[in-house]
Amino acid sequence: MVAKKENTVSVSEQTQIKPFTINFGPQHPAAHGVLRLVLEMDGEIVERADPHIGLLHRGTEKLIEYKTYMQAMPYFDRLDYVAPMNQEHAFVLATENLLGIKVPERAQYIRVLFSELGRILNHILNITTFALDVGAITPALWGFEEREKGMEFYERVSGARLHANYFRTGGVHQDMPDGLAEDMYYFAEEFPKFIDDLEGLLTENRIFKQRTVDIGVVSKKDAIEWGFTGPMLRGSGVAWDLRKSQPYEVYDRMRFDIPVGKTGDCYARYLVRIEEMRQSAELMKQAIDGMPKGEVMVDDHKVAPPKRADMKTSMEAMIHHFKLYTEGFNVPEGETYAAIEAPKGEFGVYLVADGSSKPYRCHIRAPGFAHLQAMELMSKGHMLADAVAVIGSMDVVFGEIDR
Amino acid sequence: MVDFIVNFIVSNPLFYTLVKILSIVLPLLGAVAYLTYAERKVMAAMHLRQGPMMVGPFGLLQPLADGLKLFSKETILPSKSNKVVFVVAPILTFILSLLAWAVIPFDEGMVLANINVGILYLFAISSLGVYGILMAGWASNSRYAFLGGLRSAAQMVSYEVSIGFVMVTVLLTTGSLNLSDIVLAERPFWMDMLLFPMFIIFIVSILAETNRTPFDLPEGESELCGGYNVEYSSMTFALFFLGEYANMILMSCLTVVLFMGGWLPPLGIEISWLSWVPGIIWFGFKVSTILFVFIWARATLPRYRYDQLMRLGWKVFLPFSLLWVVLVAGILVGTNTLPVL
Repeated sequence: MVAKKENTVSVSEQTQIKPFTINFGPQHPAAHGVLRLVLEMDGEIVERADPHIGLLHRGTEKLIEYKTYMQAMPYFDRLDYVAPMNQEHAFVLATENLLGIKVPERAQYIRVLFSELGRILNHILNITTFALDVGAITPALWGFEEREKGMEFYERVSGARLHANYFRTGGVHQDMPDGLAEDMYYFAEEFPKFIDDLEGLLTENRIFKQRTVDIGVVSKKDAIEWGFTGPMLRGSGVAWDLRKSQPYEVYDRMRFDIPVGKTGDCYARYLVRIEEMRQSAELMKQAIDGMPKGEVMVDDHKVAPPKRADMKTSMEAMIHHFKLYTEGFNVPEGETYAAIEAPKGEFGVYLVADGSSKPYRCHIRAPGFAHLQAMELMSKGHMLADAVAVIGSMDVVFGEIDR
Repeated sequence: MVDFIVNFIVSNPLFYTLVKILSIVLPLLGAVAYLTYAERKVMAAMHLRQGPMMVGPFGLLQPLADGLKLFSKETILPSKSNKVVFVVAPILTFILSLLAWAVIPFDEGMVLANINVGILYLFAISSLGVYGILMAGWASNSRYAFLGGLRSAAQMVSYEVSIGFVMVTVLLTTGSLNLSDIVLAERPFWMDMLLFPMFIIFIVSILAETNRTPFDLPEGESELCGGYNVEYSSMTFALFFLGEYANMILMSCLTVVLFMGGWLPPLGIEISWLSWVPGIIWFGFKVSTILFVFIWARATLPRYRYDQLMRLGWKVFLPFSLLWVVLVAGILVGTNTLPVL
């Protein structure tokens, strides 16, 4: 009741005006999944935006505590289901930290290749749905065609379009099939043309600019204080990218730029994402060029499954296989935090191991969670239509926010 | 037998009028149905996809299937709605979208009511259209529908003002309110050029008047999830839909009549071998062109925000069209070419 009183404006002693409250979502086309946003409005102006989360909560973190390290992998596909392999990446890095494994170089390149593909997949979806949120239909349909090509690469390498479950502690599940590298190279080469087409529809479009410039402005200071990462932080002018600041895998050997926005509004974030897609396409080409021949898994059968052929002849290989797929591998006691630059920002896994084959605790740091907190900050004083644009530019996916 | 029927129809004025009305309304409903098909096909081509293609050859029966589907659905009346107004609103919208067709000249003499104040009549009817949407938004008793209704009321009123001034400039050059006379009025070429900016303003304003992208705020798919018609289903929804598309065609017809020479061959071409093309074909061709622009805009443009829409209407279009009225009137008087009534 007290909260209600604060939000009422008294005109005279007797009359009180209650704000116009709208329940935005969870079933709403612009809620990007299952966001429930309670908006208190004065006409069309948003006075208070209160995001309610938890409608997609599946207890991922707790479930992982009851799974072996290998069984926990598929849960990461289902966090940010827009770019599944990037999430797997953070988890394998965390377990490898604890185990102290060095991953074969070819596997590292494959991981980078698919992480960058994931970034492209994510940004296509975000930019096109963002355009859809401000009313442009066509980008979404163009984008999905390109996205489907990326999904096919996922399918060819892992057998699944979406929930790849491809990365493994110690490498990747299996080597890339013949011809995939060439096709991906071709895709990376052709992809910038699609970006040009997309930009032709949006970047200089007057209406698009009117709808995004100066909307949802976040200052440098605010962005850091609210825990922003990824394009949200870079859009506000902070040059921070984990791939540069603490390179993992082979990113230190790659040449790429970090696009940084100036204004911190929706338009800046859009531009940052567009440029990141171009950089990612370049990175994919570099990863394919630099990829050496060789193994894609560590040669340690306590962690990696033995070869199929060995199992037919070697008793030891047979035992390794049995142990690995029943008990799993034991991880020495300790704790670690591994973070990667996911498409949406810093995606981190904090892992506590107790020496058994299951994690004692696995905390997941989802970038979207921190971004959604700032919903009120970003949409206050704007109009209803701007709140929609702000959600679009935040790039929220509820798989990772609700976990 | 045929003679008898024709005689009966002609000798019975009431019946004759009824037949004339039906001969406008029935093709119109067909045109509306196939406009939705055309929209889906054209947009599909722009989106690099196929569009409807399963129902009938090239999906040609899709509009009929859609109609049948909507017809067979249950009409849901929200329990907290004002039921009478809720049901009347779509009916009103639909009827108004049909009424205006009485004065549209499809060809020389091919008009149901050739009244002298045709354009005023048309303007009045299209202004009433806002009531249907406003009533729907209010009676639904839903927050989204309410916002949609408010938006549409503000929007339609704003853009009607500039549409009115655009019409005044055209009327100044033709000297008649009768739509057939407007088509037939001979304007020198420089006067058409003078009216060209008005033509652009008119096209944009009718986009706003018919709630089409980039001015589809009352529906506002991504913010209001459908706006004023969010609570409607089945035939009540279909009536809104039919009304909206009939209005689109109506406004295109009006553009053709005011600026593009109605049923006359385009750009004043007077080549003899073209003269066998009936006027109604030219008319349909021109209307289709405008409708294509409607669909094209929908596939290309994002949506305006409420305040930006208002700003465009009141701060850009209104002063400009007002200025143009004065300018055109001044030039007409100055060159002594003001049409004599």
